[in-house]
Amino acid sequence: MTAPVKPEEPGSMSTATPTRAPHEDVSGGNRPGGGPVGGGLFDPRQLIASLPDALRKLDPRVMISSPVMFVVEVGALLTTIFACLAPTDGFGWAIAAWLWLTVIFANLAEAVAEGRGKAQADTLRKAKTDTVARRLNGTAEESVPGTDLGIGDLVVCEAGDIIPGDGDVVEGVASVDESAITGESAPVIRESGGDRSAVTGGTKVLSDRVVIKITTKPGETFIDRMINLVEGAARQKTPNEIALNILLASLTIIFLLAVVTLQPFAVYAGARQSMTVLLALLVCLIPTTIGALLSAIGIAGMDRLVQRNVLAMSGRAVEAAGDISTLLLDKTGTITLGNRQAAEFVPVRGATAAEVADAAQLSSLADETPEGRSVVVLAKEAYGLRERHQGELVDAEWVPFTAQTRMSGVDVDGRKVRKGATGSVIAWVQERGGTVADDAAQLTDTISQAGGTPLLVAVEDENGARVLGVIHLKDVVKEGMRERFGALRSMGIKTVMITGDNPLTAKAIADEAGVDDFLAEATPEDKMALIKREQAGGKLVAMTGDGTNDAPALAQADVGVAMNTGTSAAKEAGNMVDLDSNPTKLIEIVEIGKQLLITRGALTTFSIANDVAKYFAIIPAMFAAAYPGLDTLNIMRLSGPHSAILSAIIFNALIIIALVPLALKGVRYRPVSADRMLRRNLAVYGIGGLIAPFIGIKAIDLLLSLIPGIG
Amino acid sequence: MSPVLAGVLQLTALIAALALVYRPLGDHMAAVYSSPKHLRVEKVIYRCIGADPNAGMRWPAYLRSVLAFSAAGMLFLYLLQRLQGSLPLSLGFTSISPDQAFNTAASFVANTNWQSYSGEQAMGHVVQTAGLAVQNFVSAATGMAVAVALIRGFAGVRARARGGAADADGRTGDLGNFWTDLVRGVTRVLVPIAVIGAIVLVACGAIQNFSGIHGLGQFMGGTQQTNGGAVASQEVIKELGTNGGGYFNANSAHPFENPNGFTNLFEIFLILVIPFSLTRTFGRLIGNLRQGYAILAAMGIIWLGFTALMMWTEFAHGGPALQAAGAAMEGKENRFGIGGSAIFSVATTLTSTGAVDSFHSSFTAFGGGIQLLGMMLGEIAPGGVGSGLYGMLIMAIIAVFIAGLMVGRTPEYLGKKIGTREIKLAACYLLVTPTLVLGFTAASMVLPDALGSILNTKALGAGPHGFSEVLYAFTSGANNNGSAFGGLNANTPWYNTTIGLAMLLGRFLPMVFVLALAGSLAGQQPVPETAGTLRTEKPLFAGLLVGTILIISGLTYFPALALGPLAEGLS
Repeated sequence: MTAPVKPEEPGSMSTATPTRAPHEDVSGGNRPGGGPVGGGLFDPRQLIASLPDALRKLDPRVMISSPVMFVVEVGALLTTIFACLAPTDGFGWAIAAWLWLTVIFANLAEAVAEGRGKAQADTLRKAKTDTVARRLNGTAEESVPGTDLGIGDLVVCEAGDIIPGDGDVVEGVASVDESAITGESAPVIRESGGDRSAVTGGTKVLSDRVVIKITTKPGETFIDRMINLVEGAARQKTPNEIALNILLASLTIIFLLAVVTLQPFAVYAGARQSMTVLLALLVCLIPTTIGALLSAIGIAGMDRLVQRNVLAMSGRAVEAAGDISTLLLDKTGTITLGNRQAAEFVPVRGATAAEVADAAQLSSLADETPEGRSVVVLAKEAYGLRERHQGELVDAEWVPFTAQTRMSGVDVDGRKVRKGATGSVIAWVQERGGTVADDAAQLTDTISQAGGTPLLVAVEDENGARVLGVIHLKDVVKEGMRERFGALRSMGIKTVMITGDNPLTAKAIADEAGVDDFLAEATPEDKMALIKREQAGGKLVAMTGDGTNDAPALAQADVGVAMNTGTSAAKEAGNMVDLDSNPTKLIEIVEIGKQLLITRGALTTFSIANDVAKYFAIIPAMFAAAYPGLDTLNIMRLSGPHSAILSAIIFNALIIIALVPLALKGVRYRPVSADRMLRRNLAVYGIGGLIAPFIGIKAIDLLLSLIPGIG
Repeated sequence: MSPVLAGVLQLTALIAALALVYRPLGDHMAAVYSSPKHLRVEKVIYRCIGADPNAGMRWPAYLRSVLAFSAAGMLFLYLLQRLQGSLPLSLGFTSISPDQAFNTAASFVANTNWQSYSGEQAMGHVVQTAGLAVQNFVSAATGMAVAVALIRGFAGVRARARGGAADADGRTGDLGNFWTDLVRGVTRVLVPIAVIGAIVLVACGAIQNFSGIHGLGQFMGGTQQTNGGAVASQEVIKELGTNGGGYFNANSAHPFENPNGFTNLFEIFLILVIPFSLTRTFGRLIGNLRQGYAILAAMGIIWLGFTALMMWTEFAHGGPALQAAGAAMEGKENRFGIGGSAIFSVATTLTSTGAVDSFHSSFTAFGGGIQLLGMMLGEIAPGGVGSGLYGMLIMAIIAVFIAGLMVGRTPEYLGKKIGTREIKLAACYLLVTPTLVLGFTAASMVLPDALGSILNTKALGAGPHGFSEVLYAFTSGANNNGSAFGGLNANTPWYNTTIGLAMLLGRFLPMVFVLALAGSLAGQQPVPETAGTLRTEKPLFAGLLVGTILIISGLTYFPALALGPLAEGLS
């Protein structure tokens, strides 16, 4: 058999469902066209639970990091002071109260976003209990606290031990329970050498004994970094977030200027305004909605990745994911199912397909490889042949598949049936003086050229040994991939399939899957060269990888997603780690990156568009007394100046809370072209942002007018 | 023919003329700024000023040249006015006072041309022609040079005006050579058009001589004084370079400057022709004409919209006095009519020109508001020569930043990423004029001296109009427009100094940010366009750009406008 046969490895969890990701369909490729990126659920109770945190964040030293909300807090403080100076002024107190609520709502949004990470951090902390390491000193073992280990130390772990730190297995093989970090309960195999040598501190050895070389200092281990990440402690503002903050700060300055200079204008007009009213106007104008939700959006974006079991080492990488224009995808596991499958039975001249199917099924019963099983499945599905069990056939002599013979089969009732690699089967037939049909070679060539793998089926019975036909083994492209790549293309993302196959096979699969390009017989150097070539043209490249030889390419790529099953070198080189080790997830990472940026843009647009209505509420309220004509601008017909200003302030505060779920879940995202996306978002958040406050402020004013003493 | 129809026909003729020259002039300017060859006269100039026309400049060098050149020009102009009393051909005028000389020097160097003097009563031939007229050319060429430098920041090596072989690597941060751009702008764009334009104006009745002051007898007795002068030549560059400083105090309302309806339309054409055509130049130089059309569309929508509004409010002539007169004819010339005056006043306030053929203070309250808002947009539709384009590109960057996020990518414009540094510079640019306008206006509203200059006081029941006078003065100065609302005595030390500062800071601070931005863009590797890229050449983006401009300027100035023109118009 020519297909490389891998032992079933428990570590490859690509088809398992992790326990912590209920929103996630990990098999990925089953989602035709790539559905919208789902968000986390939002529970209003989280708001109450996060209230203490929100109050703690009122500390001005914390607030200053968000210039917009800092201005609101100062405004709240000043209005409170003015209210204290005039304690009978109910309006003053009401404004002060709502300004404080505005600040608290903003802090709540951030606290709720952080709170979701905290729960996860607590779980992780449990795994990080202080361990005692068995350090090797020469050949002698000594017990030291896990925190005393240094890079390069060798430690021994046996069944039941917690691995004391991140490292590579240098000796032995063991099954390891990594559920503490991946949430996946099935154990994984870790062995020295190769690409599955990395172990993570805090995970547990279930069987056997390994020697581990520590590669990370205590306090900087993978688990430590994970805790920091999900808690947001290591959160730094990303470049785009900083740029947006600058824009918001400059808008705040402009509006501050507009309000500060308004008083002299008002005095000239004979309509001197109280400080409370001016502060209310200021808070209404500065972009509080986006200012309040900006950091929650960022945290929630990281959180959405964590929910999909992806750890981004920096927010910068998440943003870069949105800008990706070239996606390098490994063929196996991403584009195709992990193994080749039987697709067709082709008889040689003089035989029938049913004969071939029967012989193929018989000879494959003893073949436990996925390819072998797929032959049995195809025989059943296509030819209605019931699967026979090995026990049913008495006196049968089973020939199991081995890497040496590259054949499997059975001897039963004087019939010998074999199937296997072309060369092996031909040799077997010729040994028995049988005949190889003339068209057999032609059939296998055709299959090879189409990118498939041919297996020959032969039989020896009373008519002698002869070849019956060919099994066409084929890479099976995951369902829905073509639509998915089409969607990526419409988003302007080029997909490149990376495979070790020869160019002919690669092309066939690439055509079937609908990728834009492929790299056949790819070596790590080829990958690296491809990435550099794309980057030289100004493109951002994303890829996945697991082996040590992937490390340079992972480091070079703008978004490098390392598989958790991979080596520590690969994990160190990439800027994201996928705990599920599912390469398809790269597509979702890109979508999450885009969704993060879209959410920011949408709420910024909404926030700025809101101001128009607020002006129409507040300006007439302030100046209609001095210039009655300005009451024409009161197009909402609000009931009175105080009620109008208060309504605007209340709307401004409530809209923050109303948008918290959107900030956490992210704006609905569909992979369509930039044009369509812009048109839709502009309609919803731009036009919607213009209209919504007119309705909201009017509604609040109607309610307020029912309360005596206001208006 | 009804006056409305006349106005619409004039507008149609204007649009047709602008469309006719759009392509040839835009392409010509693109060639001017990217040609490797130097004319003989240019070589002589380079030798005289000691500049190497082929040396590339990074943004700090470019900026230093702009500032040094402008500072020298300002000093020269200041001294010329201060020494006028001792100069020949001064028609007997004395030297100008220090604060007014500062104000005038700042005004002409900053391409604003705010005039707190009356030309015919203060400035002799030497100051007018050797000082003011020269600045009319070079300050315009400076604006165009800065715009071209910004385009080069986007386009990289393609649009460099360098002789010889260009570097293979476009990312040197090279923005071209200021001296080359300045000289070529004058010799190959402004002077040739000005010569033709002056001949047309003279042919239509504008004067061009060096005659002195004449006293003319009036029918009702008494005498009237008229000056001669090189009026047509100054008039043409006044409009072409979006300068606006009139030879006479009455500016383009004066029959020697603007004799008839045709010259009026011709002058409007001169005002708009370079700013609009520069969008073609922009498209050419960045190698994508459609990007230029999108910018043109945004400018055109605003300009047409404002013109339509202005015609509507002036023709509607609300109020009994105006009804009786048949239209809002107060302060307008009979030979231009409502239509011609409305088109002129919108063109002049949307282009930082500041020439006037009618009295802006006499427009209806909403008309005054439209003029004010036009300037408040930042003089970008189509804006001053050069400054309109770079101002519009800054707004495009802001629009791209917000909208770009909504398509799920780090924002990029013309293949360059809009990151922290770019948005910081764009934000600084955005802050300059509102700070100057609102800050100085507010200060003027509390200083008794400053309040004393207001003609339409509250005591006269014209509070909002008086406020508009001051707001207009600073809006005009900081945005480098230069037109005056009227009614405000601006020749006081306070207004001369503050408006002078507003003009200088409003002109050169933005240039600092624009050139720094150009440098930052020039150093960036371009990002290839994909289906995921925001298409900035599409109508959707042009509309978005207009929306961004209106919302941002509107929000900034709404309270001030409410207390001025809106309060007046709605009463």
